[in-house]
Amino acid sequence: MSTVLQPAGAGNRRRIWRNAGTILGAGIVGFITFVAIFAPWLAPYDPFTIDLGRRVVPPMWMEGGTPANILGTDQLGRDYLSRLIYGARVSMIIGVATIITSGIIGTFLGVMGGFYGGRIDDAVMFAITARLSIPVVLVALAVAGLLGTSFTLVILVLGLLLWDRFAVVARSTTMQIRNLDYVAAARCAGCSPMIVLLKEVLPNIATHLAVVATLEMALAILLEAALSFLGLGVPPPLPSWGLMISEAKEYMFFSPWVIMIPGLALFVLVLGVNLLGDALRDMLGTDLSR
Amino acid sequence: MLHFLRRRLTVAILVALTVLTLSFLLTRLSGDLAISIAGPNASQEDIELIRSAYGLDRPLWVQYFDWLWRALQGDFGDSYFFKTRVARLIMERMPITMTLGLCGLLIALCVALPLGILAAVRENTWVDRSVLMVALIGQAMPSFWLGLILMVVLGLNLGWLPISGTGSWQHFVMPSIVLSFSAIPSLMRLTRSGMIEALASDYIRTARAKGLSRLSILVKHGFRNAAIPVVAIAAVQLGFMLGGSIVIETVFALHGVGYLAWESISKNDFPVVQAVVLVLALIYIGLTLLSDLLNAVLDPRLRSA
Repeated sequence: MSTVLQPAGAGNRRRIWRNAGTILGAGIVGFITFVAIFAPWLAPYDPFTIDLGRRVVPPMWMEGGTPANILGTDQLGRDYLSRLIYGARVSMIIGVATIITSGIIGTFLGVMGGFYGGRIDDAVMFAITARLSIPVVLVALAVAGLLGTSFTLVILVLGLLLWDRFAVVARSTTMQIRNLDYVAAARCAGCSPMIVLLKEVLPNIATHLAVVATLEMALAILLEAALSFLGLGVPPPLPSWGLMISEAKEYMFFSPWVIMIPGLALFVLVLGVNLLGDALRDMLGTDLSR
Repeated sequence: MLHFLRRRLTVAILVALTVLTLSFLLTRLSGDLAISIAGPNASQEDIELIRSAYGLDRPLWVQYFDWLWRALQGDFGDSYFFKTRVARLIMERMPITMTLGLCGLLIALCVALPLGILAAVRENTWVDRSVLMVALIGQAMPSFWLGLILMVVLGLNLGWLPISGTGSWQHFVMPSIVLSFSAIPSLMRLTRSGMIEALASDYIRTARAKGLSRLSILVKHGFRNAAIPVVAIAAVQLGFMLGGSIVIETVFALHGVGYLAWESISKNDFPVVQAVVLVLALIYIGLTLLSDLLNAVLDPRLRSA
């Protein structure tokens, strides 16, 4: 695209950097997925067992810490490392379940609008515009406040709210390929619209949707943490990282590590997911960042 | 241009009506509103009393149109908890949220524009990569966590700023910084990609060939064109930031509209929650409309779209 001459080696250096990002992203996401799946075997203690005699014990490398609790204990004496490990489960499950829900809704709307155009497309565009004008955090909080907090409710609310980018990308990519030869060929061969959509359109926009999925997963993980932090997400005693930060808040001025540990975990996971998304986007060679 | 205006305005009004309906339905999600208002310990008589006092015994569509008619006139009813008009409550708190949003946006622009331009000018060097790294870090930072860290570091350890509250202008510094983080990554990426595209275009080559100074090329020819989408997105970002300020206002106990909403949610004060959702959505709709208009004014090519 750029016609400006670049010094020799710039392309190479760029590739190396990108590869570093990809490896880092894949490493982080792979590691946290592993931890989430094998949590019961990896966690040294039960994450729910309360020990009021050993409250807010600092991590082992700090003064007063013991090797028995590597990352210390929380305000109820529960092992922090164990809670952190189980917290990976909460974040991953909510992230994945949300993008599945919102992905199905958004892709369906976007493909319909992009493929059929006309009135249907107007309706889809309208739905997207209306959805964007709704403040997500506020509505999610209000719904949780009305219906009570639960794990499934968080997934449902986020899934029903975060489909907009899927719809936007599915719509524009479908429009791009709608008139290409292979789609026309499938139509001429007498395939029903349903078959054309499933066999020709969907596989060809899938990679673009995968990029959106990573972005949305990162967003969903952050939003879950924020909702749990405000007390209207995942209910206690489940070890959500956002909830851990919220519960530790009272102690943060005396022992800042109580908020640093779960916050850092959250930050690293979201960074990893975003890096993976960037890597996917580069592989596609298209810029969807708008 | 007139056609464009009319079309955008129609869509905006339809979206506003949809949001009105949705925010009405939102409070009816729990099934029986009277039971939720009365609380868990209320007797059957109390519930009946509340039902007739708040007009909840009428058919749903009557309630809807009654509510819609009042809402269109700016009447959102009374707050159950504060015992005052909801509209007044929101008017009182709105300046705080608006100040926070505008300060956040200002900080975001002050950081994102220079860094984005710098990254574009030095494309593919360590400068560019550092800027992209900043964007990635900003994107991954949980806002409430950043808020708490700032409270510990700037508030407690260094003692530069008040930890929480609404009293003075100092109370706005940390929340604005935190809020700006949510807008910096996208504004920076957009400035960067816009600048790269502009700098690679023919008119820049012409300007170079004419022998114009580097700065003049960058600012007058490059940035002016790259700025069009940035200006438009900035307006939309402000809308998002106002919606997202609920988390930050709660963290810092900054008594804006977001804090009001959070308080009201925990107190089952539905008219307030409903009105805040509605007001924030309407502001967002207004801002996107403004953004479309700005776009059309700045870029004549878009007017026929």
